[in-house]
Amino acid sequence: MLSVKNLKVCYGKIEALKDVSFEVPKGKIVTLIGANGAGKTTTLRAISGLEKVTSGTITFKDRDITNLDAHKIVPLGISHVPEGRKIFPTLTVKENLELAGWTIRDKAEVRRRMEEVYDIFPRIRERANQLGGTLSGGEQQMLAVGRALVTGGELLLLDEPSMGLAPVLVDEIFNQIVAINKRGITVLLVEQNASEALDIADYAYILEVGYTTISGEAKAIAEDQRVREAYLGV
Amino acid sequence: MGPLINPQQIINGLQLGSIYALIALGYTMVYGIVRLINFAHGDFFMIGAYAAYAAFFAFNAMVAGRTGTLAFIVLVIAMATSASVAWLANKLAYKPLRYKPKLSSLITAIGVSMFIEYFFSAFPAIGASYRAFPEIIPRRDIHIGPAVVSNLVLIDLAVAAILMIGLTLLVRRTTLGKAMRAVSQDKDAARLMGIDIEMVISFTFLIGGAFAGAAGLLAGMTYPRIFPYMGILPGLKAFIAAVLGGIGNIPGAMLGAYIMGIAETFASAYNSLIGEGIAFAILILVLLIRPTGLLGEKIADKI
Ligand SMILES: Nc1ncnc2c1ncn2[C@@H]1O[C@H](COP(=O)(O)OP(=O)(O)OP(=O)(O)O)[C@@H](O)[C@H]1O
Ligand SMILES: [Mg+2]
Repeated sequence: MLSVKNLKVCYGKIEALKDVSFEVPKGKIVTLIGANGAGKTTTLRAISGLEKVTSGTITFKDRDITNLDAHKIVPLGISHVPEGRKIFPTLTVKENLELAGWTIRDKAEVRRRMEEVYDIFPRIRERANQLGGTLSGGEQQMLAVGRALVTGGELLLLDEPSMGLAPVLVDEIFNQIVAINKRGITVLLVEQNASEALDIADYAYILEVGYTTISGEAKAIAEDQRVREAYLGV
Repeated sequence: MGPLINPQQIINGLQLGSIYALIALGYTMVYGIVRLINFAHGDFFMIGAYAAYAAFFAFNAMVAGRTGTLAFIVLVIAMATSASVAWLANKLAYKPLRYKPKLSSLITAIGVSMFIEYFFSAFPAIGASYRAFPEIIPRRDIHIGPAVVSNLVLIDLAVAAILMIGLTLLVRRTTLGKAMRAVSQDKDAARLMGIDIEMVISFTFLIGGAFAGAAGLLAGMTYPRIFPYMGILPGLKAFIAAVLGGIGNIPGAMLGAYIMGIAETFASAYNSLIGEGIAFAILILVLLIRPTGLLGEKIADKI
């Protein structure tokens, strides 16, 4: 469904991504694991059009989307839950969700999807009229995922959804990711929390300072000695 | 009655405040959405006055006698002209520098301002000298006790109020308004919602320009003398009003503008030099005491 080939992305003179290649097959969960500064966020930002690509190609559903504007990529079917959630602080929870339906003409459909989000995350329903900025970290994460569900992409990009959450909440979020995937949404999950991510993923790629190095089925990666030492702390 | 409790001054202050408010809103909206202090904004106000002037002479004969119709046409043309110029300034001068260091856009804004002023002065049909603004709506005075309220006061207050209510509804209630707030808070997140942020920014310049254009017409009718540099001082004062209210904050700009209008009127009644200087005294006070402005907070809607 998504294919990234020899991706290179620079911030000024800094080459954040040097040579990144991977595949995300339809219906699967793929995880991208790497240390701080490895380039995980940059990779997701390049896919959703927030960052310009220096060279390489990004293909989504057989269409070249390299360097397409972000607002043109969204309606093609990619939803991105960004690092740090980026909830609009002075818009209400409801308004945050409404805006996620910006590209959808049929507003009844937007309302239907919002109901779905409220069903998945009852805490979000309770706080519908509260300002986004007043939500707790966990609630903001739920809202961020909720927005992506309203946007309705077939491919969901998740940037460290477990960041800063208590272990119970991490489990809840990961369970929801599996549930969302079961409904037919393909997931590309970026995580530092490697063991949890490998648990739910089908395939995994290791990203090291701008290069994709090790890759394979998540189960095999979890057994890989190098990965165990570097990312699983065993 | 002493000058400090003179109701006439309050009326004059509200009238001046209405004009400042319409200008200040453009400053604050543009700042909110692209963090740019658009120094050319006062010139959009001046262009509105000249567009109104031209529109009056173009349509005066055609709609002879129907003052209301004529005033409405003139208002629409003034707003549309300033809106177009604001839109164009954004497209040509600010957009290419959007992701460059802030200082570049700031300097460019000063450049755009000077360009407009000098171009207008040099343009033979306009020229650098003062022009008397035509009496689009004949002035009539209404006496209420010791105070005199002219119909122009009522028009200034009403036009400003209608536009401000419209803007508030737009920003609070409509999806486009919510998108404007979203873009002002987090551009990346807005893009991930599929919002074309350049479209939203253009729209913001259009609205800001239109409001400045309306202010230009009202100022022309109220203080009937126009010239190519007429935007500089009101522009600066409206900018200070926006800072006073909390730059980026829409209700703040309205509040700041009315405070400014009243303060200036009272101070002028006392001494005209103090009247001219009061705005700058307010600026210094705000920056010293409350740099975020009256309604500006850390997590305020920056639009
Ligand atoms: N806006 C930027 N300007 C300059 N350099 C940047 C920028 N964003 C990221 N970088 C650099 O690019 C590299 C990759 O950053 P990136 O944020 O993609 O890493 P990451 O894997 O997501 O890290 P983390 O786990 O800490 O979120 C880092 O060296 C970082 O310093
Ligand atoms: Mg990151």
